[in-house]
Amino acid sequence: MSDTAYNVALTVNGEAVSETVEARMTLADFLRDTLGLTGTHLGCEHGVCGTCTVRLDGVIVRGCLTLAVQCNGKRVETIEGASDSNELADLQEAFRVRNALQCGFCTPGMLLAAQELLLRGGVPSREEIRVHLSGNYCRCTGYHAIVDAVEATAQARAGSAR
Amino acid sequence: MKPAAFAYAKAHSIEHAVELLGKHDGEARLLAGGQSLIASLNMRLASPPMLVDINDIAGLDRIDMTDGHVLIGAMARHADVERSSIIAKHAPLISRAMPHIAHAAIRNRGTIGGSLAYADPAAELPACMVALGAKLEIAGLQGRRVVAAEDFFKGMFETALGPNDMLVAVHVPAATAQTRVGFEELARRHGDYAIVGLAAAAQVAGAKLSDVRLVYFSVGDAPVRARGAESAIAAGDIDGAAAALSKDLLPTADLESSAEVKLHLAGVLLRRVVRQLQEARA
Repeated sequence: MSDTAYNVALTVNGEAVSETVEARMTLADFLRDTLGLTGTHLGCEHGVCGTCTVRLDGVIVRGCLTLAVQCNGKRVETIEGASDSNELADLQEAFRVRNALQCGFCTPGMLLAAQELLLRGGVPSREEIRVHLSGNYCRCTGYHAIVDAVEATAQARAGSAR
Repeated sequence: MKPAAFAYAKAHSIEHAVELLGKHDGEARLLAGGQSLIASLNMRLASPPMLVDINDIAGLDRIDMTDGHVLIGAMARHADVERSSIIAKHAPLISRAMPHIAHAAIRNRGTIGGSLAYADPAAELPACMVALGAKLEIAGLQGRRVVAAEDFFKGMFETALGPNDMLVAVHVPAATAQTRVGFEELARRHGDYAIVGLAAAAQVAGAKLSDVRLVYFSVGDAPVRARGAESAIAAGDIDGAAAALSKDLLPTADLESSAEVKLHLAGVLLRRVVRQLQEARA
């Protein structure tokens, strides 16, 4: 082990993981390269584009601006986990129905960011949706269909909660 | 890009963090939220030999009222400050500024101490601290000291912090029934760095404003007080205040805006923020 490598033990999508990581390894690289969870994408690698969005202890963070070594003892959830648990199924379907993705590169981050807003409950305004998603870039859709999909999901969830 | 190699240590107390900094001759860097630091490591704009992680120091994220002041620990994350009822009640200027800081995922991780210590000239919080007359508590090898916000911000990314110092908390005078605050910024997209921004505080007595503090950001190397405009506002002369800005501010052009545009927008924000200062407190 080099003098810049450290042991980490964390939970990823509900499974316990123990690995040795270089201090300089970001959480996003750890997920992709060490664990093979390539649903977390890497775009700008300096916190601007949002495609590396994952959940750390229940809140969305930039996977490229968090170090793997900092996640010792923490709970990480990626798009694979959120997708497999079906918690996003309605949102994913709304994205599909409304063409809220084309190339799909931003979609994992977009879904996790949108889900954080939706989990607050109620039906956010279109402006609130746009503000909440302002940290996630999409270069295909022009955002309109994404806002439509998030709004429709919020309305459907609020309706079924009544 | 990926960062160059560095060593990593978790500090278990403020004293331990300062001690670790001291061991590396000022070359080690503190890791708070990491939202600016890790970006600069990724781009290899910085390559420190060691990061001292202060995320696990107990109590460093507290938000409390202590004898007339709101105490905000350096590791209080933006999202927690944004949601804090103590801050909303006793330091409403900070609550107003919070939604303008970056994006939700960044605010979940970024910290007040990190933002202040980084001292980006386009950042909201340094200007708020100057407007509120906050005091910044610093731990160093020689012990603790307190620096007024106005003396803390020295220039672009430059503060009163030495290489072995750690910002541990800010102490913000609590708002009274007479306190009025205002905040506005203009950015091309939500969460982008401001083209121009203004944080303001004043005391109201009848129809008059006193102790007016107008602090602009993104118009210079550090937060800039518009002292001529402050005097004019206290005298009830809004047009005079707008005119005074051309002497108070010396903005330089950036990639997006010329100096003239920035100065014009500073006047637009002045009128909006003064209106906020004149509003009755909710």
